[in-house]
Amino acid sequence: MEFFEQFAVPNPTPTIYLSMVAIGLTLIAVLAGISYFKKWGYLWREWLTTVDHKRIGIMYLISALLMLFRGGVDALMMRAQTSRAGNELLSSAEYNEIFTTHGVVMIFFMAMAFITALMNFVVPLQIGARDVAYPRLNALSFWLYFMGAMLFNLSFVIGGSPSSGWTSYFPLAGNELSPHIGTNYYMIALQIAGLGTLITGINFIVTIFKMRAPGMKLMKMPLFTWTALITNLLITFAFPVLTVALAMGTMDRLFGTHFFTMDNGGMAMLWANFFWVWGHPEVYILVLPAFGIYSEVISTFSGRNLYGYTSMVVSIVVISTLAFLVWVHHFFTMGQGAFVNSIFSITTMAIAIPTGVKIFNWLFTMWRGKIRLTVPMLYSVGFIPIFTIGGVTGVMLGIASADYQYHNTMFLVAHFHLVIIPGVVFAMLAGMTYWWPKMFGFMLNEKIGKWAFWNIAIGTCLAFFPMFIAGLDGQARRMYTYSEEAGFGIWNLLSFFGGLGLAMGFILIVFNVYYSARYATRDIGDDPWDARTLEWATRTPVPEYNFAVQPVVDSREPYWDAKHEGKTLFKDKISDIHMPNNSGMPFIMCVFFFIFGFGLVFSLWSLVIVSSVGIAVCLFLRSFEQDDGRHIHAEDVQETERKMGGDDR
Amino acid sequence: MNIDHSKPLEYSTETNDMNIVGFWVFIGAEIALFATLFGAYFILEGRTGGGPSAGHLFVISTLMIQTFVLLTSSFTIGLAVNAMRLGRKGATIGLFLITLILGLGFVGVEIYEFYEYVHEGLNLQTSAFSAALFTLLGTHGAHVSFGLFWGVAIIIQLVKRGFTPATANKTFIFSLYWHFLDVVWIFIFSFVYLKGMM
Repeated sequence: MEFFEQFAVPNPTPTIYLSMVAIGLTLIAVLAGISYFKKWGYLWREWLTTVDHKRIGIMYLISALLMLFRGGVDALMMRAQTSRAGNELLSSAEYNEIFTTHGVVMIFFMAMAFITALMNFVVPLQIGARDVAYPRLNALSFWLYFMGAMLFNLSFVIGGSPSSGWTSYFPLAGNELSPHIGTNYYMIALQIAGLGTLITGINFIVTIFKMRAPGMKLMKMPLFTWTALITNLLITFAFPVLTVALAMGTMDRLFGTHFFTMDNGGMAMLWANFFWVWGHPEVYILVLPAFGIYSEVISTFSGRNLYGYTSMVVSIVVISTLAFLVWVHHFFTMGQGAFVNSIFSITTMAIAIPTGVKIFNWLFTMWRGKIRLTVPMLYSVGFIPIFTIGGVTGVMLGIASADYQYHNTMFLVAHFHLVIIPGVVFAMLAGMTYWWPKMFGFMLNEKIGKWAFWNIAIGTCLAFFPMFIAGLDGQARRMYTYSEEAGFGIWNLLSFFGGLGLAMGFILIVFNVYYSARYATRDIGDDPWDARTLEWATRTPVPEYNFAVQPVVDSREPYWDAKHEGKTLFKDKISDIHMPNNSGMPFIMCVFFFIFGFGLVFSLWSLVIVSSVGIAVCLFLRSFEQDDGRHIHAEDVQETERKMGGDDR
Repeated sequence: MNIDHSKPLEYSTETNDMNIVGFWVFIGAEIALFATLFGAYFILEGRTGGGPSAGHLFVISTLMIQTFVLLTSSFTIGLAVNAMRLGRKGATIGLFLITLILGLGFVGVEIYEFYEYVHEGLNLQTSAFSAALFTLLGTHGAHVSFGLFWGVAIIIQLVKRGFTPATANKTFIFSLYWHFLDVVWIFIFSFVYLKGMM
């Protein structure tokens, strides 16, 4: 029995027991459903073994939406707990766990997955490629991410969640102050998912550098592809820092080393520095692709080419460089002294300049355009004012001396949510709605989409604006309760209502997917939005080979020019197309990674050894495998094209 | 598969070309990884927490053996790639094997060195300095050890399949990896050992 005791949750409550039952039942229902409908073969052949960037993108999208749900429920529980003074809905221990998992899930498993979903689906299409550079590694990336996410979510019911904040600062996260295994989950699940992200980074850099359609010079790339390139460069240089920090944290916790401890020379501040050397670039890893999406959407629905393309590219590059030079602003109050703080204060404020350039470029793109207020455009237009408020308060926080007043108050919480929700979440929802027809062959309902938008936009403002005031009045973040006399009650109650608005918006989005899948017309043509870039030049939904003939490009908006200036994109005849073979190896290898991670969390060394051998065997088999892919014959391509479009090229 | 005969075999197909570019990007990520480990070491170097310090531990003889062995192995893998370009299979495989044997020697000496450190009273848990030192050296050593297994897999493929675009590509990429580990060692040699002994 002793063996099983280590898997028990430390502070079990009825909610957790109910969740266990719910998870168990859902799992049984899913497995039974797949068996009943005899879908195991389909699932294995078409999804678990796929190396197609479009399907991997869709799997990322589904995972991201699931994680948005999980993180959103965490958020609602926090808002409900703090909605009135002295509330006893959650205990302090539960509250700590919930704000930790909310942050981790939203950043690592929702936002990262969402941008990876859209990059996966869109980038190869935008550059006229048939797939990414390394399709097999792409599948590996996804399954590493997926297993990391599952491992992290498992902590809720097996062994207990981490509770030292999403930043997991030491010494709080060390063995002495967090003796429970929760933080092990944090260290190891993020390590596994982070490995997947790093591989994605390398994969997309090579894809974008080496696989662009003939004629697409770097300065002719669509802006989303530009932002994807820079984001992946940031990933490649920032994630190794996280890898090292997490490895050191793991060693401190599992092997008793003294990197971040308070004795034997350990230095807790080293963790904070490493974490934010990765963490600040991470903010731009998330927000740059979002900027790319806004650039595409705003230009499409204003019926104009993007204003200031070159300055857009330059500002992305400048932002990505500054991203590595601002990390200390996350802990101005932690004793660097005035000189160091001043330098980081200036670099921080400097980021507002290239960001401002982008905001004005979007406004000038819309100026005198024929604006169509579709759902993606609504998110983009809504983004500009809300993000600007979030950004300006960021500059306030960046003033080191003033930061002593706001640091770790609700003012900060309001700031970063008002940056990251319009900056990332709005963009992801805009991008999802925009590219949805390419993914699934039908459009999401505009009317329900608009209702969802207004719920989300108003919900965001209502949830986070009051926090500015509560923060300035002195409410610290991560505080699970407060007294009546503190006077924070009204602001927190308003926040709770805003949270409900966001939840309503999410429900409407899910309903929209169901409703549109059921009722929307499939007869939408290849270009339902009257768009400008290459991804719209292929069929809807996109066939597995993407383009029957490789497009040839000579401008920034090749598809628009093809439509309006009569340029030809597809000059060659259809010939045999070379495609990579599916493989079960990435999935199987990542199952071993999952077992490996689980073993490490609980220090079950036999599991660790067995799964390490499994991983090594997979690597070895892969090394000896000879797989030159397969060909789709020209006649089959012609047949598919005829069925989908009518004209045979 | 289109083979471009005007290029060396390891660059001769599109996939080969992309694999090499991708590996360079990977090395970029590895540089970030080792830079972080070096950063941690420099910060924690003096924080010995009552345990032995760098000056007390480092010995010139094992250091010179390790350096000599590893630098030679980098030279031999360079020769192996050269032999591959000349189409000499036997020489390539022989030089590759010598590289791996030298690598094995390096790992052996490193393990001996760690054993000595533990005897001097420095283990992983002793201090922040010991943790940073073992992690930096250990990560490099683990890379070399991984390279040994990887190299064996490539040699078997060279023996079985001869020079094909795929095997030539793997051999070349392995040589990039091996040279990179050598460069890292030169930094360890200069900024860990020499600095520590001064």
